[in-house]
Amino acid sequence: MCRLVAITSKDYISPMENILALETMKEGHDGSGMGIILKNLGGEFEEMKDYPILSGICSKDGLHRLDEYMERVGFQLRHTWTPRIKPVKGIQRRDHYFARVYEYPEEYKDRAFEEKEDLLLRTRIALRRMGEDDESIIVFSFYPDIITIKEVGDPLQLSEFFGLDDSNLKAKIIFAQGRQNTNYAINLYACHPFFIQGYGSMTNGENTAFVPIREFLMSRGFPGYIGYNSDSEVFTHILHYTCKILGYPLVYYKDIITPLKTSEIDGRPDSEVVRLLKVTLRPLCIDGPNCVIGFTPDGTCFMVQDSKKLRPGVVGGVKGKYGLMSEECGLDSAIPQRDRSLDIFPMKYDMVIVRPEAEEVVVWNQLRG
Amino acid sequence: MFSIEPSVILRRTIHSEGPTPQPKAVRQVVTVIKQSTDINRYCTGCGTCTLVCPNEAIEPEYNPQHKFLFHKNRGGYPYRRGGRRNDPRLSTLDRLKFTRISMLTDPALDAGRHEFRIRTYLGRILPAEELPLRFVNGRLEVDKTSGKFIPPVREIYPVMIGSMSIGALSPTMWEGLAMGVTYLNEVEGMPVVMCSGEGGMPQRLLKSRFIKYFIPQIASGYFGWDEIVRTIPHMVEDPCAIEIKYGQGAKPGDGGLLMAHKVLRLIAEIRGVPMGVDLPSPPTHQTKYSIEESVAKMIQSMSMAWGFRVPVYPKISGTRTARAVLNNLVRNPYAAALSIDGEDGGTGAAYNVSMDKMGHPIASNIRECYLDLVKQGKQNEIPLIAAGGVGKTGNLAANAAALFMLGASAVAIGKYIMQAAAGCFGDEYNRCNICNIGRCPRGIATQDPKLYRRLDPDKVAERVVEVFKAVDVELKKIFAPMGRSTELPIGMSDGISADDPAIAERLQISYAC
Repeated sequence: MCRLVAITSKDYISPMENILALETMKEGHDGSGMGIILKNLGGEFEEMKDYPILSGICSKDGLHRLDEYMERVGFQLRHTWTPRIKPVKGIQRRDHYFARVYEYPEEYKDRAFEEKEDLLLRTRIALRRMGEDDESIIVFSFYPDIITIKEVGDPLQLSEFFGLDDSNLKAKIIFAQGRQNTNYAINLYACHPFFIQGYGSMTNGENTAFVPIREFLMSRGFPGYIGYNSDSEVFTHILHYTCKILGYPLVYYKDIITPLKTSEIDGRPDSEVVRLLKVTLRPLCIDGPNCVIGFTPDGTCFMVQDSKKLRPGVVGGVKGKYGLMSEECGLDSAIPQRDRSLDIFPMKYDMVIVRPEAEEVVVWNQLRG
Repeated sequence: MFSIEPSVILRRTIHSEGPTPQPKAVRQVVTVIKQSTDINRYCTGCGTCTLVCPNEAIEPEYNPQHKFLFHKNRGGYPYRRGGRRNDPRLSTLDRLKFTRISMLTDPALDAGRHEFRIRTYLGRILPAEELPLRFVNGRLEVDKTSGKFIPPVREIYPVMIGSMSIGALSPTMWEGLAMGVTYLNEVEGMPVVMCSGEGGMPQRLLKSRFIKYFIPQIASGYFGWDEIVRTIPHMVEDPCAIEIKYGQGAKPGDGGLLMAHKVLRLIAEIRGVPMGVDLPSPPTHQTKYSIEESVAKMIQSMSMAWGFRVPVYPKISGTRTARAVLNNLVRNPYAAALSIDGEDGGTGAAYNVSMDKMGHPIASNIRECYLDLVKQGKQNEIPLIAAGGVGKTGNLAANAAALFMLGASAVAIGKYIMQAAAGCFGDEYNRCNICNIGRCPRGIATQDPKLYRRLDPDKVAERVVEVFKAVDVELKKIFAPMGRSTELPIGMSDGISADDPAIAERLQISYAC
């Protein structure tokens, strides 16, 4: 079962905090992959929040083709971050790891953000397809104020490999996952966290309802609903579909993935809507076991459980810094100064929501709405 | 193949007695059991002989070398019968097994202690993008000012009792089924629903609050619908749904047929016809010009009759053209579902050739329809109801679960419940199968009081309840190890495998051996 560490803070933090928290949970991940998403970036990216950042890995040939493609579309390279790679035994080095900041093509500069988002998504998909067969181009995200790093290996060793301990990479929201490979071949695209158009999530567990959910998402006609190398990628896409495509408030994500029983719906003030959603979005119901930790574009972070099996998940911290993690030992590592008695272990009806800038924690109860 | 009958014969016997015996002929009139070689008096295997023989000396025995079909066409009349397709081979459904078992990486559920939601929806479901919702004070609410029609949707148990008419079934059988269904709803909290079949329903039931558990069917003969339409103003509850029958899996291309033997007073009254006449429904609705308009109009008319509060859906026989029908219905916003009846469905009366050689198996038909919906992104908008051979060999729960995973939202059963609840003799070796002539030895498919008195409706109802409670447990025993409990695993095709590569390829599932 994968181990998850998300930290949201009002101050910029280093991804090493996440890595060290993951290290405390070492028995739960097998080195089959680590993924990190940094959101609300600091350091050298702080002044470039409006520019899209392409995160990925390329071979020499792949990078050449990537440059050609980006130039053809009209993206201009503004800044490049590359990790200072230190060889570590057991980690196979690839040619180029990067986070590249681009300027939008000239004709897009004055367009609405939705149009820019659409271009970024199409570009990311095109690049992914260009390098999918020979793994010459692997792209994880292409979005402003977001960096994604993924590689196969143990998280602590990977932090050494990428030189994260002495890099100036910082962010206010950092999600990290230490992967325990269960059902699929080791593939970087299967590594959490997943990201699409401002929404990200990671999950521990196995998604038993994967196939009908995947079929439903893939048939929405939205070009970004592809991939699914991991059965957990659908959680990110359901989040995106709920909040971005349908425009529903975040709490309805819980109603969609774990619908209430009919008798329970009657107690909700918005029962009429909840009843409709339960029927209309039936194929998006999950059956677990899953604990989902996610974020939305405004910097809200949340944790929800499936309705029956439940995976480990705990939220705790102090005002200005909260951790959402799969194990409490990770919280002890990242935020030792917190009052442990206030830690929240969400159960089947709960959605724990941490407001942007880690301002406050709210437990939304699905029964009461 | 030959039947026996009681008879009286003059028997001549030779007696030789005394020290120098002289043979003497003695003639006696005796009662005997005689075998008939008349093809029209063939042994149906009903087994009544075993019930009456005091010495337990006789019983029906199937002769696999029979030449029955070579001769059962005397007078130029092809063989007609009731029952099911005479094909005892395993159906595709029985060649599927559940292979995705939750082990270690995903804890299995406990079928006995966890809560399972084995329910489905009957009715047209709006896609989320079309729901008239608006955002008010941090919550969503239904925008009543939008004028958007939200179609009615019923939450039902996913195993339904399919269309079997009063007329085809005896009063005791139909009453038993109806009582069982009502008990399941009222006492057990299981929303099992039942379709009336063609020919109307008793006025008392139409006007009762229990009508919500029933689906009146309108078919091409429109039998019984004068009475139903006249009753609408007096109905205190809406029916669960309305089924429009366009076809039947057992006899594709044929309309319903209730033979004169069964049209007695009660049936004549309910159907609004004279007694003792054959009631053949046309093969199709005479008003039907095309699916685009006439079927749409029929669906809309029926919807309108109940103020658009009742789901209305068509039922067709399994066919290679099912996808074409489905794709038309998808474009009709009032079509509430599509019921597809596969070739293994049963019937009260049909030509043998129709039953044995016409039709399409349900498994691949439902799968291709579901995958077509997936391609269009409408897999949750128009539920597919699968019927025809569900539980053919007794594995009702397994067949139903397999159909859900292939894409059905619900299944309908007929023969299964007749066998399980009333002990129907029929089988795939042409045993009995005389539902058409009104002489059902079990009292299930007859209007003869001497015969239907053999069936106690209370016992039928009790068995219906037992069957559904048992199926519910079995479905849980299937879903629990697969880790599914919150919603019906519709389209969870990674959960099943076929034992034949060709079947697996056709159904787009895995092959396991």
